[in-house]
Amino acid sequence: MSLQILMPALSPTMEEGNLAKWLVKEGDAIAPGQIIAEIETDKATMEVEAVDEGVIEALLVPEGAQGVKVNTPIAELRNDDTASPSPLRGGSAAEPPGRGADVTSADSPPVAKTDPSPARPPPPTPSPQGGGGLSADPEIPAGTQMVKITVRDALRDAMAEEMRRDRDVFVIGEEVAQYQGAYKVTRGLLEEFGSDRVVDTPITEHGFAGLGAGAAMAGLKPVVEFMTFNFAMQAIDHIINSSAKTLYMSGGQITNPIVFRGPNGAASRVAAQHSQDYSSWYAHVPGLIVIAPYDAADAKGLLKAAIRNPNPVVFLEHEMLYGTEFEIPDVPDWIVPIGKAKVRRVGRDVTITAHARMVGFALKAAELLAADGIDAEVIDLRTLRPLDTATVIESVKKTSRLVTAEEGWGRMGVGAEICAAVVAEAFDYLDAPPTRVHQIDSPLAYAANLEKLAMPNETNIVEAVKAVCYRR
Amino acid sequence: MAETMRADAGRSRGPKASKDELLGYYRQMLLIRRFEERAGQLYGMGLIGGFCHLYIGQEAVVIGMQAAMAEGDQVITGYRDHGHMLACGMEANGVMAELTGRSGGYSRGKGGSMHMFSREKNFFGGHGIVGAQVSLGTGIAFANKYRKNDAVCVAYFGDGAANQGQVYESFNMASLWKLPVVYIVENNQYAMGTAVQRSSSETHLYKRGVSFNIPGEEVDGMDVVAVREAGRKALARARKGDGPTLLEMKTYRYRGHSMSDPAKYRTREEVDEVKAHRDPIDHVKALLIELGHADEEALKEIDRDIRAIVTASAEFAQQSPEPDAGELMTDILVGA
Ligand SMILES: Cc1ncc(C[n+]2csc(CCOP(=O)(O)OP(=O)(O)O)c2C)c(N)n1
Ligand SMILES: [Mg+2]
Repeated sequence: MSLQILMPALSPTMEEGNLAKWLVKEGDAIAPGQIIAEIETDKATMEVEAVDEGVIEALLVPEGAQGVKVNTPIAELRNDDTASPSPLRGGSAAEPPGRGADVTSADSPPVAKTDPSPARPPPPTPSPQGGGGLSADPEIPAGTQMVKITVRDALRDAMAEEMRRDRDVFVIGEEVAQYQGAYKVTRGLLEEFGSDRVVDTPITEHGFAGLGAGAAMAGLKPVVEFMTFNFAMQAIDHIINSSAKTLYMSGGQITNPIVFRGPNGAASRVAAQHSQDYSSWYAHVPGLIVIAPYDAADAKGLLKAAIRNPNPVVFLEHEMLYGTEFEIPDVPDWIVPIGKAKVRRVGRDVTITAHARMVGFALKAAELLAADGIDAEVIDLRTLRPLDTATVIESVKKTSRLVTAEEGWGRMGVGAEICAAVVAEAFDYLDAPPTRVHQIDSPLAYAANLEKLAMPNETNIVEAVKAVCYRR
Repeated sequence: MAETMRADAGRSRGPKASKDELLGYYRQMLLIRRFEERAGQLYGMGLIGGFCHLYIGQEAVVIGMQAAMAEGDQVITGYRDHGHMLACGMEANGVMAELTGRSGGYSRGKGGSMHMFSREKNFFGGHGIVGAQVSLGTGIAFANKYRKNDAVCVAYFGDGAANQGQVYESFNMASLWKLPVVYIVENNQYAMGTAVQRSSSETHLYKRGVSFNIPGEEVDGMDVVAVREAGRKALARARKGDGPTLLEMKTYRYRGHSMSDPAKYRTREEVDEVKAHRDPIDHVKALLIELGHADEEALKEIDRDIRAIVTASAEFAQQSPEPDAGELMTDILVGA
């Protein structure tokens, strides 16, 4: 009898994974509990354990295959124990077990064999700038080669490059070293820079944020990772009272060259205490620089700029973007200036502002709107403090309409600030009251349906744009 | 490598527990284990989302403490909370349905695995922020003293949580004001991927109360009766008005930190060793048989009962409808 081993789901956000390595080959006899493959999820490399005994008849997915969907059969097992057809089909992760028992039956539909592509993922293919991009980027010199990279790796490269360049830069936080980062952002740093410069801390955010601020007062350049910004609430006193205010209180004597970074905002189904957007919280505070990038080029270029900046920087990343690949200019020292918004799509009918993950939704919305004959301009704010209101105002003077989009709550939010600036400086240009898109005004629910209802997406943006264009 | 304790080394055959007590502990620990195994399966099937932290391996801690507690005592813990809720007598159905985010869950689907509560059972959560429950538990104890209600709050936290500053701020106040609280460190030897030795300058966590005049005791957290005995003393002390005690339960988590943890920071042999020699359920099972309290058949019967409860809870958790969209804006403010 033949059994299929399926691709297991191993994390909250996992829909697909890479088959990093086969530890068995066709014809091998395997025993239950034996590790047969390694799978890379967006967060970790997990071992897949065999559940059934048998002989591997076929490996259906080649080693190195990327983006294998959960539940795809990955191998075929010949099991002669026909006497006891166990309902268990397939693999489970070694620790913890992955897909549970009764997920699928032996007679799941036959699967098209994945074509035998090379065992290793192909190297990133350089392509000239502008391929796939919406508008040629004035920041990138014409003819620059572009390479594909995930936001996660772009952030890591930024830290590694700055650490090579400046011995005063070090990384500190929970699980950043030996575990390679809870979200793998610091992968490889311990190996290259050693434990003096890549420092695992106890779970003690208030303590290590204060330690970081103190080290910065003494002239070092800490990059403090919060496992997520939800946990930085333990430490917010040091970020604001110690880091943001010291230069002022010391009459300019004591600087605080520190970066506080980590994922911010909602992930997937992690409920109220783990799903908060702190954009407007930090952007409220004089003495801080606040950055929230969308794509890999900005993640890298802005993080490098942040590390070099002599001021305290709060650098808000997004877990849901870590695994997303973007093109990034293949230049030795890619820096993006702090405090400059970026026009990601040029349009004449309406201005949409967004930052971080919402930029993706805004761009999608713009596509949908284009099909409806509405030409939207999309501005990626990138830095929230200082906020580049000039770019927004210039755009609104052209389009006369404004929709702001943010992932967090709307009250006292980023959109509110932009609306105030636009109303103050471009009032006479407006053809409609500006409109804000944001999260529903409640703590985030765990239930799948409620979470979906609460979080803003491209549909909300399309609706808001239609409203300000009086096109309903 | 984590510090491991050999099973039999310190494991006392006494203080004796009665046949009924032992059978009860066996049943309750088994319920937690089977429940957690099922939760793990539902997660793999995509029916549970977000973070899900299983309690497998640590069952003796909550069951031993619950056996020592009195009616009216409260419990508070972190996000690894399913076992605590079942121990408090919360229904498997309601807990599992919260895990699937359905209206039949204890928080009507709004809290999920990490955030569940039951006023009725004096279970105060279910907290996602590491260390928060220690201050909150101290506050519950403050209310007990304020009201002179004779209740004690049992506040559970992890070895990792033991490094949060608020733990020590709480210790100081609790001891200063002789609050009726028992602090339980569930030292399962790892906080995510960090072994205790890599995070704590003093790895004997029961000593962490010394400078606050809080007595501490190390307890074999894999031995339900040992836990109960230590719990009884600490609870009695708190109830008498003598203030907090810190119990360090030496225990172990079998699974990864959460569902997506590959657990590469420890060896398979280390895990297998604990499973083979220190398992809290096997320990009671062996006692029951050795003392002639039950035979294999009787234990199988219990197993069947438990499986039925767990299977029913999984069905309920899949059948129960998602919360009504109207729930989105309820429970934000009282009376609003
Ligand atoms: C304030 C805060 N920091 C970090 C986290 C992320 N986190 C969740 S659990 C955990 C490890 C806690 O370990 P421990 O206290 O030993 O408890 P265990 O998981 O072993 O039960 C971490 C770092 C968090 N939830 N809250
Ligand atoms: Mg622990």
